[in-house]
Amino acid sequence: MRTKEEIAPSGETLVHEAPRIRLMTDQAVDEAEQFAPGASEQSVAMPIEDGKVVFELQSLSCYYGSFRAVKEISLRVPHNQITAVIGPSGCGKSTLLRSFNRMNDLIDGARITGQILYHGVDLYADGVDPVEVRRRIGMVFQKPNPFPKSIYDNVAFGPRVAGFRGRMGELVEESLRRAALWDEVKDKLKSPGTELSGGQQQRLCIARAIAVEPDVILMDEPCSSLDPIATLKIEELMHELKQNYTIVIVTHNMQQAARASDLTAFLTMGPDRAGYLVEMAPTQKLFTSPDNRLTEDYITGRFG
Amino acid sequence: MTDITATSNVSAEIVRARISGRRMDIGGRIFEGLLLLALALSLAVLLTLLVDVVSRGIGVYAERGIDVITAPLSSDPAKAGIGQGLFGSIALMLIVAATAFPIGIGAAIYLEEYARDTTFTRFVTANIRNLAGVPSIVYGLLGLAVFVVALRAITGPESQGRSILAGGLTLAILVLPIVIITTSEALRAVPSGIREAAYGVGATRWQTVRSHVIPYAAPGILTGTILSMARAFGETAPLIMVGGAVSFLNTGDRGLVETLQGKYTTVPTSIFQWVQEPRREFIELSAAGIIALLVTILLVNGLAIILRNRYARKW
Repeated sequence: MRTKEEIAPSGETLVHEAPRIRLMTDQAVDEAEQFAPGASEQSVAMPIEDGKVVFELQSLSCYYGSFRAVKEISLRVPHNQITAVIGPSGCGKSTLLRSFNRMNDLIDGARITGQILYHGVDLYADGVDPVEVRRRIGMVFQKPNPFPKSIYDNVAFGPRVAGFRGRMGELVEESLRRAALWDEVKDKLKSPGTELSGGQQQRLCIARAIAVEPDVILMDEPCSSLDPIATLKIEELMHELKQNYTIVIVTHNMQQAARASDLTAFLTMGPDRAGYLVEMAPTQKLFTSPDNRLTEDYITGRFG
Repeated sequence: MTDITATSNVSAEIVRARISGRRMDIGGRIFEGLLLLALALSLAVLLTLLVDVVSRGIGVYAERGIDVITAPLSSDPAKAGIGQGLFGSIALMLIVAATAFPIGIGAAIYLEEYARDTTFTRFVTANIRNLAGVPSIVYGLLGLAVFVVALRAITGPESQGRSILAGGLTLAILVLPIVIITTSEALRAVPSGIREAAYGVGATRWQTVRSHVIPYAAPGILTGTILSMARAFGETAPLIMVGGAVSFLNTGDRGLVETLQGKYTTVPTSIFQWVQEPRREFIELSAAGIIALLVTILLVNGLAIILRNRYARKW
């Protein structure tokens, strides 16, 4: 099995291919140091040690038409860590996550105010192509959604549309291996992805996401339709993947956030039903000695 | 420990007494009876029609065999057949398939996959649904004004515009709303999760639509278009408006353009003409024609059902 670096190291490749972005990244990191966290009164951004910030949200609000689903969130997502977003149903966790790779662009009437900087580059600036953004920031969805095509074609679709010209068979195998699915499907690559079990389908979706060598993987409640054993497998897989990828996971399962993540952001809803950030901290700290009363109430099960 | 068995025996007695008995659900029974009556009535009407048509028409087939299907129009009922009608109907279907399908499927893909959800697109969609319910005679009037009169130079100067081309285009407009609606529904049946999955790995809209949405919706689109074809095959009223010929028809050796611009008849128009004849033989001939028409439509609908069942996808 080849290492990831031999194929195409995602983060590095991205930077090599796009020196412009690299310049802006360094610049942005410097700026980020000066950036004062907590732009809005509710938001408490999280200081990040030894530097590399992948996402920096500056007073981000998300709207659907006139409804504000997410209110003035400022936070930073560090490189090659698992950042969990928890909070009660309907507090805008998914909306927040989907704004990271401009998936909300597909919904009529969705818009944002504020900024999302990705390696220091404003994702919503003029001239940014959402298709290119999604190639670098992959996504795994709540419900496993394999294409009704063969397992092979499921994984190969992303590289194909990205114009991949190398050995597709090797890339497919490598992606399936990294998604810890290869041994289960290597003899039936031509059979439909939809015939796998739920947990296998979700790992296939992860293989599909990493086949395009993204920089970040966004996971929107990836285990909500899986049984505990399949959930555990996905969590182990996330732990493996974080060596190469930055992972942001939305979950309404607090135990999952506590088990699987390095950092946790807790969102809740205001009276106007807009979600806001209550607290973001290293997971251990947030679950043992939260600063905010609302966080404590939520993690001890007193509400939500 | 208490005797559990004895206790449960006693309670079983009580429970049995409580849950036994038959309720007199009179209202429910009456309602069930009315529903059955409604079904029986509709079946009886259909069956009467079928038996009547078959009993009148079957004799013609017994007497003349395949000749009824192949023979041209004639004033002699013993020689007349639906041969030219079948040729005309099939030619019309080809024109419908070549025009209404690409335009209708294209319009539906635009509406479902590309157009933003605005008041305007909702207005357009609602109007397309209304158009599907407009009586076919109205499309006949439209076809008369546009294809027969206004575009006569194209549709057929020789035949005064009463040509295969004019009839086919009229039917194409008639089925266009149906094609758009069924295609839209097939596209909408593709879960949004599939689109998100494609966009999520960096596919463009065109790549998503071409590689996923259209292939997965194709069986539904195919079924819908075939059914709209069956609808067009049986249409009569608009063709009478735009002039399907009803008597002698010279269809000698003609080129493609002359054929398209030439006069024609269809199976339904032939039948319509024959039932107006006073002679009993023509009535029987029309029954024979109806049998052929019904069998054709049954075959087409059956094909649609087979395709739907074979390629039906569960999400």
